[in-house]
Amino acid sequence: MILSLKNTFEQIGNATVFAKRFFKEVFIPPYEVKEFLKQCYYIGYKSLPLVAITGFIMGLVLTLQSRPTLVKFGAESWLPGMVALSLIREIAPVITALICAGKISSGIGAELGSMKVTEQIDAMEVSAINPYNYLVVTRILACTLMVPILVFFADAIGIIGGYVGINIHGDVNFYRYLTQIIQSLEFLDVIPATIKTFFFGYFIGMIGCYKGFNASNGTESVGRAANSAVVTASLSIFIIDMVAVQITDLFF
Amino acid sequence: MIKEEKNTQTKSKDKKQTPIIEIKDLHKTFGKDNTILKGVNLTVNKGEDLVILGRSGSGKSVTIKCIVGLIEPDQGEISVFGENVLNLSKEELNKIRVKIGFLFQSGALYDSMSVRENLAFTLRAHRRDLNDEEVENEVADALESVGLADAIDKMPSELSGGMRKRIGLARTLILKPEIILYDEPTTGLDTITSKEISELILDIKHKQKTSSIIITHDMACAKMTADRIMVLKDGVIHAEGTYEELEKNEDEWVRSFFE
Repeated sequence: MILSLKNTFEQIGNATVFAKRFFKEVFIPPYEVKEFLKQCYYIGYKSLPLVAITGFIMGLVLTLQSRPTLVKFGAESWLPGMVALSLIREIAPVITALICAGKISSGIGAELGSMKVTEQIDAMEVSAINPYNYLVVTRILACTLMVPILVFFADAIGIIGGYVGINIHGDVNFYRYLTQIIQSLEFLDVIPATIKTFFFGYFIGMIGCYKGFNASNGTESVGRAANSAVVTASLSIFIIDMVAVQITDLFF
Repeated sequence: MIKEEKNTQTKSKDKKQTPIIEIKDLHKTFGKDNTILKGVNLTVNKGEDLVILGRSGSGKSVTIKCIVGLIEPDQGEISVFGENVLNLSKEELNKIRVKIGFLFQSGALYDSMSVRENLAFTLRAHRRDLNDEEVENEVADALESVGLADAIDKMPSELSGGMRKRIGLARTLILKPEIILYDEPTTGLDTITSKEISELILDIKHKQKTSSIIITHDMACAKMTADRIMVLKDGVIHAEGTYEELEKNEDEWVRSFFE
């Protein structure tokens, strides 16, 4: 019990040092622009279909589930605004981040883990190439920038899903639907939600890299690194979300 | 022919020996009580090929990984080109690393890159002044030197074990190292391919004037490549000599390697 607690604190300590190193190394040349763009392509562009499908379903289901209650109170006209607010403030960022944790964090964990056990990271090290700079900085940076973009994309697709949901039971003009959404939104709904997505992205990338980079020798550890990356990244998303909501509540 | 050439070189070296790697009293323990190295002392002279023999887990790979700073020893001194690598900063260590090639047991090729990219990536990291054409020429030359010019567009997954090691060697050679550390270069290969790799090691030594440490269990490889052999046992150097000397060693355990 004490040993396991000690290991947990050791892990947190090591992860903190690893995470802190990013802020130092990100400013140190060489800047691996090509690798960064490649990671943006894999993390961002390749995740678009998955994010689009889930975003659409989120919007559609949320509308269909909320409608009966609002109809009871005669507040059906609030449906577009309510759906958009729920999506933008909470559901799209968290669900998209969770999808990214499953797809991206595990992918990075498995990729770096297998590079570690097949001595590819050691090969970089002995060739005097900084593996942290080439592998970790590029991936964390790409995640930090791509996850917010994916969340915006999920917001947009979710709103379209909501429009489809509303039109299953009624006939609403798309222009009117959008006008209602824009009227119900404020900058304060969008800004805190956007800020937290950068943190989601950073932690998804960082945890995937940390788990992969520290995989012990043996192929078994590759699977363990990928699995552990998903679990830890998902948990961290909920924790960041809780903290972000508390902070937003204090200031706005 | 190669053997004769090797003997001539060894004799000429006896007159003037400049240590290029010196290890003194190297200790390494993993975990609480898994002591691997208990005071290893060795010297590699300029232009010399030193073979290290020993049972699996005796600390051969740990020793060469300590030389390039992949593993930090608990105690001891490692001097490469006259500098104690254990006291160097990261930047200073990297300058030394560029002059040391390391061939991993598996080749350790970057899976996501083609053969061309594997070599070009390493070269570009250190020679940012080179244009694309110059990089391409260097890559072609390095592949030519290991006899695999045709494999330039292949991915590592399309290569056989022997080819992976050759490409790994080409990637090492592209930086023109003065020292090459071979970690079991012939393990897992058939006899013919093992012989080809051993010949390649000799060829590189003669053409590029490198010094090497070769870790192997393959006695045919040791016989072909070794100027001197050291046998590691229980964390210390147990025996040392030429192939012929150790073959007739009084210690039965040492002789058992040669049977």
